[in-house]
Amino acid sequence: MDAILLQILNGLDKGSAYALIALGLTLIFGTLGVVNFAHGALFMIGAFCAVTMQRILGLSFSQVDPTKTDFLGNPLKVQVPYVESWFGPEVGGAIIDWSVPIAIVMAIPVMIALGFAMERGLIKHFYKRPHADQILVTFGLAIVLQEIVKYFFGANPIQTGAPDMFAGSFDFGVLMGFDPNVIIYPYWRMVYFLFALVIIGGVFAFLQFTTFGMVVRAGMADRETVGLLGIDIDRRFTIMFGLAAAVAGLAGVMYTPILSPNYHMGMDFLVLSFVVVVVGGMGSLPGAVLAGFLLGILQSFASMNEIKSIIPGIDQVIIYLIAIVILLTRPRGLMGRKGVMED
Amino acid sequence: MFGLSSKDTRFLLIVVFLTLATPILLQPFPEGSSLAQFNAGYPDLMQKFAIFGIFAIGFNILFGLTGYLSFGHAAFLGVGSYTVVWMYKLLGYNVLPGLVLAVIVSALFALLIGFISLRRSGIYFSILTLAFAQMSYNLAYSVLTPITNGETGLQVYSNDPQILMGENSPTSPHLFGIVMRESTQFEVGGWLFTLNNGYYFCAVIAILAFYLSLRIFRSPFGMMLRAIKTNQTRMNYTGLNSRPYTLAAFVISGMYAGLAGGLLAAMDPLAGAERMQWTASGEVVLMTILGGAGTLMGPVLGAGFIKYFENIFSKINDGVLHAWFAFLPDGLEDLVVALIHPFVGKGWHLTLGILFMLVVIFLPGGLVEGGQRIARLFRSKKTKTAGPGGRNRDHQPKPAPHVAE
Amino acid sequence: MTNSTFTRRGVLKTGAVTGAGLALPTIFTSSASAFTNEPTGNTVTFGFNVPQTGPYAEEGLDELRAQELAVEHINGIGDGGMLNTFTSKALDGTGILGKKVQFVTGDTQTKSDAARAAAKSMIEKDGVVMINGGSSSGVAVAVQSLCQEAGIIFMAGLTHSNDTTGKDRKANGFRHFFNAYMSGAALAPVLEKAYGTERRAYHLTADYTWGYTQQESIQSFTEALGWQTVNNVLTPVGAGDFSSYIAPVLNSGADVLILNHYGGDMVNSLTQAVQFGLRDKQVNGKNFEIVVPLYSELMAEGAGENIKGVFGSMNWNWQLQDAGTKAFVQSFGQKYGRPPSNSAHTCYVQTLLYADAVARAGSFNPCAVAEALEGFEFDGMGNGPTLYRAEDHQCFKDVLVMKGAENPTTPFDTLEVVEITPRAQVEYAPNHPMFGGDEASLGQCNSGA
Repeated sequence: MDAILLQILNGLDKGSAYALIALGLTLIFGTLGVVNFAHGALFMIGAFCAVTMQRILGLSFSQVDPTKTDFLGNPLKVQVPYVESWFGPEVGGAIIDWSVPIAIVMAIPVMIALGFAMERGLIKHFYKRPHADQILVTFGLAIVLQEIVKYFFGANPIQTGAPDMFAGSFDFGVLMGFDPNVIIYPYWRMVYFLFALVIIGGVFAFLQFTTFGMVVRAGMADRETVGLLGIDIDRRFTIMFGLAAAVAGLAGVMYTPILSPNYHMGMDFLVLSFVVVVVGGMGSLPGAVLAGFLLGILQSFASMNEIKSIIPGIDQVIIYLIAIVILLTRPRGLMGRKGVMED
Repeated sequence: MFGLSSKDTRFLLIVVFLTLATPILLQPFPEGSSLAQFNAGYPDLMQKFAIFGIFAIGFNILFGLTGYLSFGHAAFLGVGSYTVVWMYKLLGYNVLPGLVLAVIVSALFALLIGFISLRRSGIYFSILTLAFAQMSYNLAYSVLTPITNGETGLQVYSNDPQILMGENSPTSPHLFGIVMRESTQFEVGGWLFTLNNGYYFCAVIAILAFYLSLRIFRSPFGMMLRAIKTNQTRMNYTGLNSRPYTLAAFVISGMYAGLAGGLLAAMDPLAGAERMQWTASGEVVLMTILGGAGTLMGPVLGAGFIKYFENIFSKINDGVLHAWFAFLPDGLEDLVVALIHPFVGKGWHLTLGILFMLVVIFLPGGLVEGGQRIARLFRSKKTKTAGPGGRNRDHQPKPAPHVAE
Repeated sequence: MTNSTFTRRGVLKTGAVTGAGLALPTIFTSSASAFTNEPTGNTVTFGFNVPQTGPYAEEGLDELRAQELAVEHINGIGDGGMLNTFTSKALDGTGILGKKVQFVTGDTQTKSDAARAAAKSMIEKDGVVMINGGSSSGVAVAVQSLCQEAGIIFMAGLTHSNDTTGKDRKANGFRHFFNAYMSGAALAPVLEKAYGTERRAYHLTADYTWGYTQQESIQSFTEALGWQTVNNVLTPVGAGDFSSYIAPVLNSGADVLILNHYGGDMVNSLTQAVQFGLRDKQVNGKNFEIVVPLYSELMAEGAGENIKGVFGSMNWNWQLQDAGTKAFVQSFGQKYGRPPSNSAHTCYVQTLLYADAVARAGSFNPCAVAEALEGFEFDGMGNGPTLYRAEDHQCFKDVLVMKGAENPTTPFDTLEVVEITPRAQVEYAPNHPMFGGDEASLGQCNSGA
């Protein structure tokens, strides 16, 4: 029982990440009909917004410390961040410590701008092209984006920690009457889960309760008719692309304390997020979210020693196994619509 | 001839000639010149061209004709490799039993996966094949280590049974005594040409594979497959069950992949799990689309293009760049090298990504279309009717309709 | 670097019979030579095969820096680095046997297939006599067996699996880097001193061959101390999120977590374990501890503050104070502005060792070189007196036990040397069961002739 509760908790934050990425992918599928292989790269760029923010806040000048020497035996140059010299080490240190949440402020405009640029500059010309071409061009773009990131940040994972306030973990077990240390859950993962809920809720509310969202939903259902009604659906779709990019980017920013970002993390998430989207059903936003959490939690279950000892290696294939079972029993995934991406 | 129209026969003969002359055609620069870096006429790369050509030709039978986009073909490549290495371990270094078995095993594997995956179409089919291939990869890398030797890759050990090994049998892959890695080298002037046994073995099989795919393209079966791509629903309404045809195409392309995987192990007796990874599946998709899906030559061109980049561009380091531009004044030399540096050596991925985008944006039909455009330009100048590029036009991909309804 | 040609066959041109097509049957090489890629002109080419793309690209880059430096030192450019402290004086800074050294580079992508393709291209196209580099054991084993077949020497880079010089050992392959067994042997006494003999260990192990051999080694050494092994859980490579493997650890009764991970996996699993607050907990009345048996500077940099106080082992570290290390760090630091990593060190040393062996053997013939390396005793390369053992081509030398520094002043001193474990303590028999037992054999040296 306690082990199962523990794995549900662990599945929640993993599922949050899957759900956020899949949500953005589905928005693009559903509205634009484009298979976006660069979506993982958007997640990665979001994560590197956090790295960049950390670097910006940590911008330093060097101060020679004559008491120490560097590896060549010369006097050591100590790097002092500007913010620490401006606001004093206490406040400055706190600002640097909070660089990941602060990076959200930067990530939103950057990601939206990137999304606009991608849609206007590239994707727009591929609406009428076969999916194979869309895959190839966005895959090429993903490679280019990640190579650019690699050029500036290197290939090593970069530590971007959460604020100290969220260090350590909360003991849920004690709350529920178990022994201490049985069900523990890091504070930052809780933050991530809540953050994901807010974003998902925000996107749904936006689509559900605004006129803009209504038009977009109508466009997803029948693009041609909406166009015939004289509504400029293309411009709205550009905005949707920016929104999808921002969702992926924010998912990336907040994930950095859990997973130290490196330049190919987008590719690692890409395949998985496609599986999530398809299991959820093409073009269905609730499906994507549901499938994200479902796969996240089931993957956590499969990692349990009790299950691994019965079926070794199950944790490596569970996602794919579930995808196969669901697609064979429900032809269009959990909540897919008929006719979308079936030919 | 060969049951082909005269146009196709001529086409086939050109392909045969190009394939056999590859060791010479790919060495355009004399040894020792600074451009020799771009020569590709060494055995390993030529073998890769032929083998991945076969892989892509097979993939094209499924994707180019039926439109079913499989994202799991690398699984068959891996199965083929493992089969051949296991035959080395059990029987001996003759490649023939392994290759035959590789085709059979991959056919069975493809039958199983195809039977299940083809119950769905579109992206659902793609994800099903991807899921099967990734499962194979993950298991081969870890849990199945006793069979696959995991990350290290399956290889032959001296204590393996090898029951058919005689006293004087070669100790590396061979075909009845013709050792694959042996070559004949000859030089003419500054040029050095390497004629490698293994390459010619692959080349002959590649030509046969190409011939077979040509026959399939021209057959009623091929016509049926193209009908499935054009409009499956309409086909079903006419009372035809399309599933057996797609399944047959899937199995055939799986066999091609198994053969290619087997040949990889026949040239180099080691089978690694990463051959089954999704990136390897993605690579063959890219090769086919880049070259021109649905065309006969396109996939082969695409395969050559990608392998060339992987092997030639990744080797250009700063030292080579400095050597090239040594004639420039120092400051300018450094500047030019600094400008090119991000695109070669460790940056070869970047160049490949940019080229993918450029090709797709400007040449929707892939490299074959590029060739045709050049040929048309050439023809319009010379006002000749039968230029070399015109022969494939009838099987160019037709733009698929926009599907997000 | 202003060499005008980068292929061996540049020299063929001068000696070529002009216009005449001379056909020669070959295996990897022309039969006019006595062995594969016999250098005939006034240059000789080395192949440096390192990961330039993929997760270990940074490590590959550092290896490449060191290899370039080694070539400079062999050719007499720069301050000579470790050549000044190396006990063998066969190299005099004029190249090798009167030939200048050139090199070509390739990208292993950390995949066996790509690594072999790159290596083959170097052998077939560029005519290299030796390949050096690599950042994973799978690649090392794959390239080693290729070099064996081709008849050239393989000087392994970073490869830590027991198999490389164990069940997969080859006559043409040599490893300077230490291995999982040595990590266990070196770590055990330090762990005993720090954490006592009454500990319960929980292993998280990367689910592939290197992970298996390291876990096996560490488990056998810690159990010899009296520790219990609570569980060994295999985790998928590149899993990213290890939370579902880490979460059950506390409740299992274990009080030590051993992470048999490397690279990005290590960075993530360690970061997440710290995030779970494991190191602030008390279990069985003791502080919960984490151990990372194999450290590397680049990964330590990636894990940041989380490695503070965490024990691990290394082949070498730039903070050592012997003359060889100082000379190397000085010369590397001058050129690149940062201290070398331990994978850079091993590649540098391997390149020099190969060159020295050629000079001592008086020939590039791989069999002669192998003979010169076998049983070779040397010093001055930063690891104390070292033996290249003839039976399995493994180097035996001191092993470093490291700990995450509490107060690092630069990004480069995040680790500190805790103990230099003497060579005698990490030695084992060539037919040790973890190294393939009696069945493992080097086979015959292959010169390609």
